[in-house]
Amino acid sequence: MAYALQQLINGVTLGMIYGLIAVGYTMVYGIIGMINFAHGDVFMIGAYLGIIALTALTGITSVPLGIIAALVFSAAFCGLYGFSIERVAYRPLRGSFRLAPLISAIGMSILLENYVQTSQGALERAIPSLIPGGITVLTENGFNVQLSWMQIAIVVITLAVLAIFTYIVTRTPLGRAMRAVEQDAKMAALLGIDTNRTISYTFIIGSALAAVAGVMFLLYYGVIDFYIGFNAGIKAFTAAVLGGIGSLPGAVLGGLLIGLIEAFWSGYATVAYKDVAVYSILAIVLMFMPTGLLGRNEVEKV
Amino acid sequence: MKSLSANLKDSLAVALVACLLFGPFLGLQLRDGDNGNLALTPRPELLAIAVGLTFIARFLMLLWHDHRPRRPPAAGLSYAMAKTGKYFAPALLVVAVALPLIPGIANSYVDLGVLIMTYIMLGWGLNIVVGLAGLLDLGYVAFYAVGAYSYALLSQNFGLSFWECLPLCGILAAAWGIFLGFPVLRLRGDYLAIVTLAFGEIIRLVITNWVALTGGPNGIDGIPHPSLFGLKFSMAGGPGTFAGFLGIDPTPSQRTGYLYYIILALALLTNWVTLRLRKQPLGRAWEALREDEIACRSLGINLRNTKLTAFAIGAMFGGFAGCFFATREGFISPDSFTFIESATVLAIVVLGGAGSQLGIVLAACVMIGVPELLQSLQIYRMLIFGLALVVIMVVRPRGFISTRRPTVSLGHAKIIGAELISEGRG
Repeated sequence: MAYALQQLINGVTLGMIYGLIAVGYTMVYGIIGMINFAHGDVFMIGAYLGIIALTALTGITSVPLGIIAALVFSAAFCGLYGFSIERVAYRPLRGSFRLAPLISAIGMSILLENYVQTSQGALERAIPSLIPGGITVLTENGFNVQLSWMQIAIVVITLAVLAIFTYIVTRTPLGRAMRAVEQDAKMAALLGIDTNRTISYTFIIGSALAAVAGVMFLLYYGVIDFYIGFNAGIKAFTAAVLGGIGSLPGAVLGGLLIGLIEAFWSGYATVAYKDVAVYSILAIVLMFMPTGLLGRNEVEKV
Repeated sequence: MKSLSANLKDSLAVALVACLLFGPFLGLQLRDGDNGNLALTPRPELLAIAVGLTFIARFLMLLWHDHRPRRPPAAGLSYAMAKTGKYFAPALLVVAVALPLIPGIANSYVDLGVLIMTYIMLGWGLNIVVGLAGLLDLGYVAFYAVGAYSYALLSQNFGLSFWECLPLCGILAAAWGIFLGFPVLRLRGDYLAIVTLAFGEIIRLVITNWVALTGGPNGIDGIPHPSLFGLKFSMAGGPGTFAGFLGIDPTPSQRTGYLYYIILALALLTNWVTLRLRKQPLGRAWEALREDEIACRSLGINLRNTKLTAFAIGAMFGGFAGCFFATREGFISPDSFTFIESATVLAIVVLGGAGSQLGIVLAACVMIGVPELLQSLQIYRMLIFGLALVVIMVVRPRGFISTRRPTVSLGHAKIIGAELISEGRG
């Protein structure tokens, strides 16, 4: 029981990070119908921006202020990365044949990984834990269930970021434009919505969310390298598919489920095969439930 | 036409964005500081160079955009390629056959030829799945791995030779193609791509973790090299070896040349089978499937069998190539079968253009040959590779050869543009 509770806590923390990345995938897929393969690497860029910011801010004594500064710095620059990636690699290919943006995205993913590797070195980079300690929730048969301050911070920050994001999507003109373009880009353009700009904003927001996820990954694990984007990207995509691609609440739900599956699998089965479990779930979900948990049913038009 | 000042302004804006983008990564470098913490080293000169280059590149691009010669869209490179293709392909074949026989050619070039030829074969194999049947497969490396590990394990455990294993590897890979193809029959487009990617990763992870069978991350060592009618290519010379039989001095180039001809034959077999199949009902069903799945179903084509044969035949050639890879390297480990390999092969197919056999050859030479020749830039190799993928896609989204001759036609076969070919939603 205590052990399961510990896995639950770990899984939720991990799931929050996956959920944030998954939102970026699902937004881009919903709006232009492509898998943004480089999104996982944008997450990695975000983590690196976070570690650079935290290193630059070494002098600052207030930890919460430092973390918030790192989050803002990383989100802003990552947003710029998302914007540039879309402008350079995807926009010229819009309306081209379907494989072209995917190949371009794979190229961009390879490019970003090697850009970071060559500019910052292939070594793993580690930072000390910024918020050490935690509380013991429960003790059972000598097993302590730990809830660290860091985990609480991650969940709180994620919920706050998601609240802001939900506000943008549901309450602002930009969010309305985004939803309109997602439903029918041509019609939205006819009604005077600047589709290109809306798509740019989608990329900026998605990348900023990935950056937040990246910084929190950095804070949680303390170690990053240039290759973390690949695995996290596929898992987040799995989360997006599991929740129903195109559905924003679905992405967060899917992220939580993937996090929980991973945590429980690592806790009760073999750690070595935890990625195999996640990939198998991806395949099984797509085979039997292609619309995911909260996705809309697509009608096949002839 | 925009004025020069507008171009300058645009370039300055791009340079500013580049400055912000590159700032944290090129302008600063993380290093291990004293007392165990990280520290940053500023690199303003590198940042300035990168931003300056971006500015110049953008400015030149805008200039080119304003002043480029207008030409009729049909008379592009691809059109010329398709016209000369009739003579170009046989000429290329002659060069390919003669390559190891060129007197005084360095062994490393033949070796590079072997590598390129392996990728050409993989490209042609994947082309059956992606280019003909229109099924987007991102996990092709799985079958490559199945072939390689099949040969390695069969030869280590049962002492089978390369030539005995080659068909077995193909059969095993084809079986895996069917096995993995079954669950994904109903999936389309991007979903199919992601599931095949997941399968590729699952196979790699299983190989990595099943240490008892596969040796795990350490891989399998000492895989035997192929023999020619029982004659070994050994550096020791003497009876029972190729050099000993002919009474000549053993050199490394003999073995490389032999490997080269094996892979050339395998690749040509792949090409021949593909070309033959395209003329037969199965190949036509594949192309019909790529163009319109619903129409296909309405006309009574069995989608399940059509898709599964595409997966199986594509996988079979992947298995052959894997078997060859294992015997060439003599050592295999899971590191050789990462997603990057799948991406490379898919990139070759797509860059080749619309399922063109000749295009794949050109794309393989460019994508594999050029980075290998840039050995001095080893650490920048993949960086250039990624950049090249993006740039080539943006410049030529339809690949090098973006026209196609219809497989079946009444009278004169008219070359059609790639825009008219469906991308395959299968």
